Amino acid sequence: MFKATGGERVMEIFNNIFLLLIAVTMLFPFLYIFSVSFSSVSDVLNSDFLLWPKEWVTDAYTYILGSDQFIRSLWVTVYITVVGTFVNLVFTSTMAYSLTRNIIGQRLILFLVLFTVLFSAGMIPTYIIVKETGLLNSLWALIIPVAISPFNLIIMTQFFKGIPEELTEAAIIDGANDIQIFSKVILPLSKPALAAFGLFYAVGHWNSYFSGVLYLNDPSKWPIQVILRQIVIVNEPNAALGGHAAMVEALPPPETVQMAAILLATLPILIVYPFLQKHFAKGVMLGSVKG
Amino acid sequence: MLLLILPGILYFLIYRYIPMAGILLAFKDYSPFRGFADSPWVGLKYFKLIFEDAEVIQVIWNTLQISMLQIFFAFPISIVLALMLNEIRNQVYKKFLQSIVYLPHFLSWVVVVGITVIFLRSEGLINNVLVNFLEINPIPFLTDPALFKPIVIIQVIWKESGWGTILFLAALSGISPHLYEAAVIDGASRLRQMWHITLPALKSTIVILLILRLGNVMDSGFEQIFLMLNPFNMETGNVLDTYVYFKGIQQANFSFATAVGLFKGIIGLILVVLANRLAKKFGEDGLY
Repeated sequence: MFKATGGERVMEIFNNIFLLLIAVTMLFPFLYIFSVSFSSVSDVLNSDFLLWPKEWVTDAYTYILGSDQFIRSLWVTVYITVVGTFVNLVFTSTMAYSLTRNIIGQRLILFLVLFTVLFSAGMIPTYIIVKETGLLNSLWALIIPVAISPFNLIIMTQFFKGIPEELTEAAIIDGANDIQIFSKVILPLSKPALAAFGLFYAVGHWNSYFSGVLYLNDPSKWPIQVILRQIVIVNEPNAALGGHAAMVEALPPPETVQMAAILLATLPILIVYPFLQKHFAKGVMLGSVKG
Repeated sequence: MLLLILPGILYFLIYRYIPMAGILLAFKDYSPFRGFADSPWVGLKYFKLIFEDAEVIQVIWNTLQISMLQIFFAFPISIVLALMLNEIRNQVYKKFLQSIVYLPHFLSWVVVVGITVIFLRSEGLINNVLVNFLEINPIPFLTDPALFKPIVIIQVIWKESGWGTILFLAALSGISPHLYEAAVIDGASRLRQMWHITLPALKSTIVILLILRLGNVMDSGFEQIFLMLNPFNMETGNVLDTYVYFKGIQQANFSFATAVGLFKGIIGLILVVLANRLAKKFGEDGLY
């Protein structure tokens, strides 16, 4: 490339180091939490600064995984994530595809969808509708009211528009109806896009906290994020884990339980992260193409 | 075709548009026992209450302050970070940095606030360092009302500034290398190239994102604030969304909370429309 002047080279080195520092601030909390979660009682009490466990102890993890409440909330979240994402994809893709075909009122529908991005009724009227449709205290309350993200719908419509029309025309000549065209021609071509949208919806479900608080009264239905808040932020790990503390001989220190809980609740995100990363640059690019 | 579009249409109708009709609650004295139809109309009573209530004024002020601080600090940081990442020549190192700075975006607010609490509480890591190494008194980070806003802003910067670079980096990768080559031949330094080529290329992305952000100025991150609030920092931390939740759901004051929510929604809508007009005046595309 071009020859850099001395000053520019200094700037470049500075830039590299500064970015490395930023990366360290992003990773440091994880390293610290990881280390404390595997540390022994005495190490946690006696050292201020643990960056790597001195001796590996898994008490905190066995304690948490022995809690019925914790396991139940994990299953609730898995259920909401799997079913919720499926509902998201079905609702979003069918509507997005319909909007690419020339249907009556297409422009009006698109306007009404866009309008919901700009203005929403607010928490109370939405809460009342969820209540009136009988979803209160049901896991469906975390799925149906967020079945379509208008933003994702608009992006997916753009994506379907990019599929060559000739394919649809050929299918029509072959006598396929709309549902057949959608399921046999369009969907198979859209697998990577659907995977990307699915991942984003799934992360949203996994991380969602507030709708659990708002719509579910029954603690046995609480998703993992609600339990995690009790453990860490409210600082009552033993109560939140369902009081099976009495059955454990020596309780692990609360700090280690809190950090282990954070890691366990974040693990699925970390596992899908490489896939997310592969897809999101593409997803954001799709979104930035204006139609 | 009807069958395909029906689920989507029903969804928008029931969960997005019927609630908009529910806005009428704000003009009624709604009680769940009487139901919607039998609750009496009260006109603008609750909207007048909004402006007579010192607490609401404080809450609106908190909301605007937190949003504005985010725009002033978090937004430019994403641009600077994108420019810095763009200067990295080693593609492997660049990819590595990118995958680290994007990661916090995918964590839940419960996890981020949880990490904050673990680090900042009285027996937490930061206070341990302050007490044992710097030998000063522990700082009550989580309960001091004056520290609420700075901490919330830092959280947003930590969680979102990396992710915020994506659109800027996309715009940067679209710049033709010929422009830089020509600039070098003309003797432009790297800083001059940045000023005359790179920044102008980012202009429309910056404008669009700024409009979006201005339109959401009445939203200051509900889950995050809700999780950070405690009885000690209510005064500086309570924002419109959390206020609506406390008034409407916890105290069952449905009509008043709906009025506050509607007030928020309308201001937000007006701001988006104005910001969009402004963008068009400056020769940019705008949102719609």
